[in-house]
Amino acid sequence: MRKKIVALILAGGQGTRLGILTEDNAKPSVPFGGKYRIIDFTLSNCVNSGIYDVGVLTQYRPHMLSKHIEIGRPWDLDRKEGGVVILPPFQGNDQSWYKGTANAVYQNIEYVDKYDPDLVIILSGDHIYGMDYREMIDFHLSKKADGTLACLRVPISEASRFGIILTDFENNITGFQEKPKEPKSDLASLGIYVFNWKFLKKRLVLDENNKNSDHDFGKNILPEIVEKKEGKLYAFLFDGYWRDVGTIKSLWESNLELTRPMPPFNLYDPNWKFYTKTEEYPPAFVGKEANVKNSLINEGSQIYGNLQNSVIFQGVYVGKNTHIRNSVIMTDTYIGNNCKIENTVIGENTVVNNNVSIGLGESVENEFRPDIYNSDLVSIGSNVEIPENVSIGKNSAINSNTKKEKLLEGVKAGKVIY
Amino acid sequence: MKVLGIIFAGDRGELLEKLTNKRTPAALPIYGKYRIIDFSLSNMVNAGISKIGIVTQYNPRSLMDHIGSGKEWDLDRKNGGVYFLQPYVTPNSESMGYMGNADALFKNMDILKRGNEDYVLICSGKQIYKIDFNKMFQSHIESGADITVLSSNSKEHNDMKISNLAKTNEDGRIVEWISNPGEKFKIDKNNTHVLNAFFMNKFLLKELLFATVPEGNFDLIDGIIRNNIDSLVINAYNFYGFWRNIKRDVNSYFETCLSILNDEIRKELFYEHGRVYTKLKDLPPPKITNTGVIKNSIVADGSFINGKIEDSIISRSTRILAGASVKNSVILEGCTIEEGACVENAILDKDCTIRIGKKFLGKPNSPKILEKNGVF
Repeated sequence: MRKKIVALILAGGQGTRLGILTEDNAKPSVPFGGKYRIIDFTLSNCVNSGIYDVGVLTQYRPHMLSKHIEIGRPWDLDRKEGGVVILPPFQGNDQSWYKGTANAVYQNIEYVDKYDPDLVIILSGDHIYGMDYREMIDFHLSKKADGTLACLRVPISEASRFGIILTDFENNITGFQEKPKEPKSDLASLGIYVFNWKFLKKRLVLDENNKNSDHDFGKNILPEIVEKKEGKLYAFLFDGYWRDVGTIKSLWESNLELTRPMPPFNLYDPNWKFYTKTEEYPPAFVGKEANVKNSLINEGSQIYGNLQNSVIFQGVYVGKNTHIRNSVIMTDTYIGNNCKIENTVIGENTVVNNNVSIGLGESVENEFRPDIYNSDLVSIGSNVEIPENVSIGKNSAINSNTKKEKLLEGVKAGKVIY
Repeated sequence: MKVLGIIFAGDRGELLEKLTNKRTPAALPIYGKYRIIDFSLSNMVNAGISKIGIVTQYNPRSLMDHIGSGKEWDLDRKNGGVYFLQPYVTPNSESMGYMGNADALFKNMDILKRGNEDYVLICSGKQIYKIDFNKMFQSHIESGADITVLSSNSKEHNDMKISNLAKTNEDGRIVEWISNPGEKFKIDKNNTHVLNAFFMNKFLLKELLFATVPEGNFDLIDGIIRNNIDSLVINAYNFYGFWRNIKRDVNSYFETCLSILNDEIRKELFYEHGRVYTKLKDLPPPKITNTGVIKNSIVADGSFINGKIEDSIISRSTRILAGASVKNSVILEGCTIEEGACVENAILDKDCTIRIGKKFLGKPNSPKILEKNGVF
């Protein structure tokens, strides 16, 4: 029997560990994989799974995200009934901003109730993965569960980075550990939850009335259900590719993974296409002297230089005798002649003039946020212009919209330019 | 100013041989992701025309599939949008098909009668060029002409087979019209090559159609333009850019395809006077692996390049496997070139396969064609 289901995508987070890349847009709208934005994967999973009633909960700098999604045309979500709806925080209730993931859903109870669904699926707009939610929903129904959480087996050494789920032999959830020092299990929660709507609604109201709660699914709602034994939660084991591209390093790594001969994540599956808002660009052009190896190039790009292990987005120009290695260059960026660029992430609409070197030389720890800018990576934001003949050192960062005048001396390794 | 656009996309294109067995020339793929009609359509849309009739006749299936509701051109509208003008049977005539392009418009008089457009722009859907039509409209109005005809007197056209040549006086008014001039006339300041785009008042067109078609004159150029050289002011509007007529023959299609590898032509066609719109397919980016080599080529979305490519056009969803080589060729959508195969001076139509180690070689000036779904 077909159940009525509504998807809610939590897309309000900033993703602070992406540093300057999320300075003026939310994490779900960060570009990925040559032409996509991170939220495209979750949205495409929804429509490929036959879920057409999708709410996107936004909060932090939502402009780019709203512009990207619009009425949901690329995902066939421009529907007569249902379709995609952007759900920002609003006035008219006694609430203000979304205080936590659970509070965000609580504030939209009325919206969900209009659909009168049997189930809701709570998703995050921050992750890269391809998943048929129908399998998870079938599992949920077959277990007669109140809620089901998708989880992934991770190496036990890395388990302390995740929210860990403890289960019994029948995948019944018996407990949680939030980023534990001594994990008791290797099942990491993916932030994908299926709930019976009536059950969830009751829990959300209870949680809202609890003054001590942080109104967060992982911290409050789920542990409380298990501890007080007030509902049946099950773990659904997912064994595909799933990445949280929460840091500059992981964003860079997951992009470069796509350039490998057999990438772990398949963008090319004709039965599981990923959709995005596509700008109209002519096909890519590669010039006579260009040398392109192990790279993704994209529509509208014009390559006259050398590329190795790099992801080049739409409309990028790479000048003659320029060498780009292990880098991610985002939409409409222009790179002049005789440049050397290594281990760099460059944002949209940026101009790099001739004879610039980026990411070479000695390695110095970042002076400002070594936890964000590390691994010798260079991060350059959007709409930056880098003048001719300068060099930009390792572990440095240049914020979006930085003026040319501030960069005339180049950027030393480990510096951050705002 | 409100303009109605008409695009003729109905003929057979016999000279394109196998390429147009199953499609009309306007629906022929070009430059990796486009169809030829995209250029006429985009020119019109970029000039602000939002109601366009497309005259179809010869196998329009792939053309209709391509254009669909007109969404990609912003032509899925409540007012205006795209109209297919396909021949039909009436109680009075059992004959299917249009007798000529004037007859096609006459039989679809409704599109001319309805709507509040003042002007009509008539184009062919088989030509590749980018133009700002607004300048042509402006010249039409400023010169007070009855009909303005797009033309070119660029020397480049001396190498083309020319079907219509117009002699103009100093003001740009056409004083003599010569069809199929042969080799005798060379293009110069006063001998100009007619590029098959006409701009005129809609009511004038209606009247001229009523006056000529029932009399048995079914040809637009003959009945409406050539016979009225003396009585109407017909001006030539000069176009200086890149212009190709695909319909001529396979060689000219091949040459036009590969011409996009020239930096200047690419810049003019793709980046000037607005974008070229086409049906999008949401394919992942093209991927070049470490065995892939690519020089001076165009690569469209969804392609895998493991082999060697030089001076070629690679369309969407093409797979070039390791050790394969493609040189000076046009590969249309969905082809697979298997390991060690070699393709040179060839046109592979959609969904072709070249088997392991096979060599599919044409001559530089006469490309070898593999028909749609072909396996070699």
